[in-house]
Amino acid sequence: MTIVGTSGLVLNEKLLFEHSDPGRKGYSLPKLDVPTAELPSNLCREEINGFPELSEVDVVRHFTRLSTWNYGVDSGFYPLGSCTMKYNPKVNEVVARIPGLAGIHPATPSHLAQGTLELMYRLQGDLAEISGFAKVTLQPAAGAQGELTGMLVIRAWHEARGSKRSKVLIPDTAHGTNPATASLTGYDVVPIASDGVLTLEEVEAHMDDGVAALMVTNPNTLGLFETNIEEICKLVHERGGLVYCDGANLNALMGIARPGDMGIDVMHFNLHKTFSTPHGGGGPGAGPVGVTEELIPYLPGPGIEFDGERYQIETPKTDSIGRMLAFHGNVGVMLRAYAYIRSLGGEGLKHASEMAVLNANYVRARLEGVYDLPYTTRSLHEVVFSDKDLEGGCHTLDVAKRLIDYGYHPPTIYFPLVVKGAIMIEPTETESQEVLDEFCDAMVAIAGEARDNPELLLQAPVRSRVRRLDETKAARKPKLRWQEDT
Amino acid sequence: MDFPEEFKYTEEHEWVMVEEEIAVIGISDFAQDALGDVVFVELPEVGAVLEAGKAFGVVESVKAVSDIYAPISGTVEEINEDLIEAPEIINTSPYVDGWMIKIRMTDAADADALMTSDQYQALIAEES
Repeated sequence: MTIVGTSGLVLNEKLLFEHSDPGRKGYSLPKLDVPTAELPSNLCREEINGFPELSEVDVVRHFTRLSTWNYGVDSGFYPLGSCTMKYNPKVNEVVARIPGLAGIHPATPSHLAQGTLELMYRLQGDLAEISGFAKVTLQPAAGAQGELTGMLVIRAWHEARGSKRSKVLIPDTAHGTNPATASLTGYDVVPIASDGVLTLEEVEAHMDDGVAALMVTNPNTLGLFETNIEEICKLVHERGGLVYCDGANLNALMGIARPGDMGIDVMHFNLHKTFSTPHGGGGPGAGPVGVTEELIPYLPGPGIEFDGERYQIETPKTDSIGRMLAFHGNVGVMLRAYAYIRSLGGEGLKHASEMAVLNANYVRARLEGVYDLPYTTRSLHEVVFSDKDLEGGCHTLDVAKRLIDYGYHPPTIYFPLVVKGAIMIEPTETESQEVLDEFCDAMVAIAGEARDNPELLLQAPVRSRVRRLDETKAARKPKLRWQEDT
Repeated sequence: MDFPEEFKYTEEHEWVMVEEEIAVIGISDFAQDALGDVVFVELPEVGAVLEAGKAFGVVESVKAVSDIYAPISGTVEEINEDLIEAPEIINTSPYVDGWMIKIRMTDAADADALMTSDQYQALIAEES
């Protein structure tokens, strides 16, 4: 077996503050050829406490060394379940950097921004086509903001009808952010049990006239398709509620099934997951929201309209929930997503989803029997194992740490909460069989190590630049900025 | 693992110690062990009215965030302020120093319906 992880010239690096040497500088100014002007003394301070003084080479080495500590999808396999860490083709970057697109100011009048507006308009249409919704807004700047937008639209719809509904049903297999979104929108969260796949009976038991919406994730966070979704949507509608779908797992469905056709009323997309835009590090992301015909009046604005000749920035309608963001969202991310959709085309997107499902099931087939598989229903794009059968007193966390020694970013662990000691693997479609085999070999080897030599897991990681970090101390006593005396 | 005989327990892994009309509430040794190192605790305000079965607070560990449910209805008389600064007390002393809230019970008889130590131990043996 090839071990991808190794160590060699991995260099330590101090903080900039610790490098500082008084008087060093990394700039040189041209000779002064204008009269000097004093700054007002009340605007000046004697010195900045601890301000780092460094030379150019210090700074270049500092950031270059830090950059070698990164692990990303460009460095290796990154099976972080629920996050769809697929490879982002570089052609998307080329498109986003076209000067006329990259350099446009957000306040440019629409008649001078026709190209960008057209691409945004087309992206709205493509996303609507892929998902089966009547209209899509591109404004939300992240998945969480997309969720909030969607729930505010649902709230506005209820309020317009004089409805005072106060509760939102959320199954235990929904995406982890959903309860926070419902709560932020002012709703009380009612958790409901799923046993893998949500049943009509469970929804029926909770679906009273105080329920504004059901928030589901499909496929859910166990990687299972919600097979009863159509009947569930019908029931929720009959009882006066709406259905929100978290689009986190859309990567399993492109070109195969459309949430809008299932009866879902609102869904957000994660362009940074499904549509292959850069992901992680806190953004920028994009969380467009699709809605049914009935909910269009409540969408945020302004959006992009086309009158047959020109693309216009339209004023929000009276019922609109208003702006979710200054300007038009993260346009650079939209351009990448549009390039991705157009370079793959309809058949290509469908193939991507098929391969994502195939890859997850390949990993499942290779690891089933080695790791406990708590839900045996057919998986879609991700698969959840548990640490139940792990020997030697080792747990999920130890497997994750040991994977670092083998050179892999660990999968999502301890989520979803319905599985004790969950290990949630989402390989995505962009990995070859060789990569999947190497990863599965590592997982099998780790299960063997737990049985024969558990210390290898309990001490892991040993090959990484730092050993196991004190997560507890980091959470209890976080150091959020540099301080001179620490 | 220790489950004092004189306490009552719930399916959500809280313990209750009844002293006349006052109930002291915390989470069990099993719960703190399953959660791992507790890093944050959110407790209700004194005077808050709790309804049995509804969440009254949150406990967060490095692994997970969990609601804490009121075993019995009542009004919050006192909260354990020490936990805010030092939530690790819940790990080191779940039954003594790690108590969370004291409530004045709406009906002291409610506590009788909760599980005994033996019943609770049977439940967790089944769960784990």
